[in-house]
Amino acid sequence: MASTEVDISPIAVGQAVTVMWRGKPVFVRHRTAEEITAARATPLGELKDPATDQSRVTRDPWLIVVGVCTHLGCVPLGQKSTDTRGDYSGWFCPCHGSHYDTSARIRKGPAPTNLPVPEYTFLTDSSVRIG
Amino acid sequence: MALGLHDSQVSNPVLRWVDQRLPVVTMIQKEYGSFPTPRNFNYFWNFGALAMINLMIMIATGIFLAMNYVPHTALAFDSVERIMRDVHFGWLLRYVHMNGASMFFIVIYIHIWRGLYYGSYKAPRELLWMLGVVILLLLMATAFLGYVLPWGQMSFWGATVITNLFSAIPFVGPTIVTYLWGAFSVDNPTLNRFFSLHYLMPFMIVGVVFLHVAALHITGSNNPLGIEPKGPQDTLPFHPYYTIKDSVGIVVYLAVFAGLVFFAPNYLGHADNYIPANPLVTPTHIVPEWYFLPFYAVLRAVPDKLGGVVLMGAAIIVLFFLPWLDTSKVRSLRFRPITRVLFLLWTINFFVLTWVGAKPAEQPYVLISQICTMFYFVYFLVVLPLMGRLERPMPLPESIARAVLGAKAALGAGPIPGAVAAKPMEKA
Repeated sequence: MASTEVDISPIAVGQAVTVMWRGKPVFVRHRTAEEITAARATPLGELKDPATDQSRVTRDPWLIVVGVCTHLGCVPLGQKSTDTRGDYSGWFCPCHGSHYDTSARIRKGPAPTNLPVPEYTFLTDSSVRIG
Repeated sequence: MALGLHDSQVSNPVLRWVDQRLPVVTMIQKEYGSFPTPRNFNYFWNFGALAMINLMIMIATGIFLAMNYVPHTALAFDSVERIMRDVHFGWLLRYVHMNGASMFFIVIYIHIWRGLYYGSYKAPRELLWMLGVVILLLLMATAFLGYVLPWGQMSFWGATVITNLFSAIPFVGPTIVTYLWGAFSVDNPTLNRFFSLHYLMPFMIVGVVFLHVAALHITGSNNPLGIEPKGPQDTLPFHPYYTIKDSVGIVVYLAVFAGLVFFAPNYLGHADNYIPANPLVTPTHIVPEWYFLPFYAVLRAVPDKLGGVVLMGAAIIVLFFLPWLDTSKVRSLRFRPITRVLFLLWTINFFVLTWVGAKPAEQPYVLISQICTMFYFVYFLVVLPLMGRLERPMPLPESIARAVLGAKAALGAGPIPGAVAAKPMEKA
């Protein structure tokens, strides 16, 4: 079924890009070192949907998640530099106030699970195929 | 009478020929002509007829809109704009259909309110009431599907949020949602099937309305006093008394409708729906149309996803059980002074729920919606069952005629009131 290829070379550190895959937005973020450290340092007991950061990334510093809030399906804010990122520096869903952290895990708010990680493979160092 | 023919009393020979083979004329004369109707109806009893008229207007405008609308994601929004600008009277068809949906809910909510206040759901009208709740559910589904069709931002995101609700069902939820969508998100297959279902459902409504009116004609109508008619002195033939009263109501209804359509056609709508749907940009405030706001408020009041869905559904399903939740032997709240006050509070509560449903999901609105949701359910599940046992109702009048015409006239019910039971002259 449908796949999307993304050229990740123009994405600078700290920048994020949204691509369409199977009709839904996918967030591709080039994480900073602080974001990765913060994600790794979170104790699992604090998470509503516990998952280690390592289990959610294939290759640092790239985080790729489906940008659809797991509550009722809005697109969370946090991709643009002008967007608010919520209390955990990740993403914030304006519809009902779900906060996601730098590993796109749900930290606060009504969403039940983390932003899903789609299947993806690195074709080269500068290109990823999602799906 | 010849075998196999109905014994028709119709005078006109052509109509009699038809009536002998299919007694439609007899039926209309019986059900809408001479049908004995309580003589004390107030204007709250107009709203069932108004709902039927509204349904006919929606079907007529809808059929003509469908001749020009295209249910494809790339063309839908533009086809609606073409209707507004290029189709002769397309602007009128669209505005009537769009505001007709709002009018439908105004009419139906008042119609239901009448049922709640006057105890029309009580025996022997329980099935009539439950058919009505079915019609309400079908209407809500139809309206939701219809709102998606213009493919604006609110159309798309409303569809996304509401279809996503089904993902709350344990285990099979996400799979169900994918099949519902016909794709991996709200997309072209979704729009296409929503159009098909939106065209279908009004005809399902027509079917259930037929059953609803048939059930009504078995039990007869309730009335503001909540006591059954005891004989012909308590009733009037539907024609001409209620055909004319309904005509007055229809004029007022059309005036309100026209006010909306011609002077404020977009007042009840959301400006964001004039922006073409964009799956990558969520509007800052996703709100459904005003008539769904109370239920939206209930949905968001519960912090748990499945819990919110269940409670929102329960808010309507609880209506099915009303005939058994309300234990009072007295029908009309006119004679139940305490329950009456609590019901008026419930009504205000419904308006507050509507208002809070449009607010963002932050404090203090979340707390308000939770309190109001509680009261909504407490009224049905606690107050009504208890009040039947605890409250002492006021004494009921002897009969409708007595209450409406006065004691003397009720006895005679003849052209000269007071001709019976003349009192002796008072000595000077």
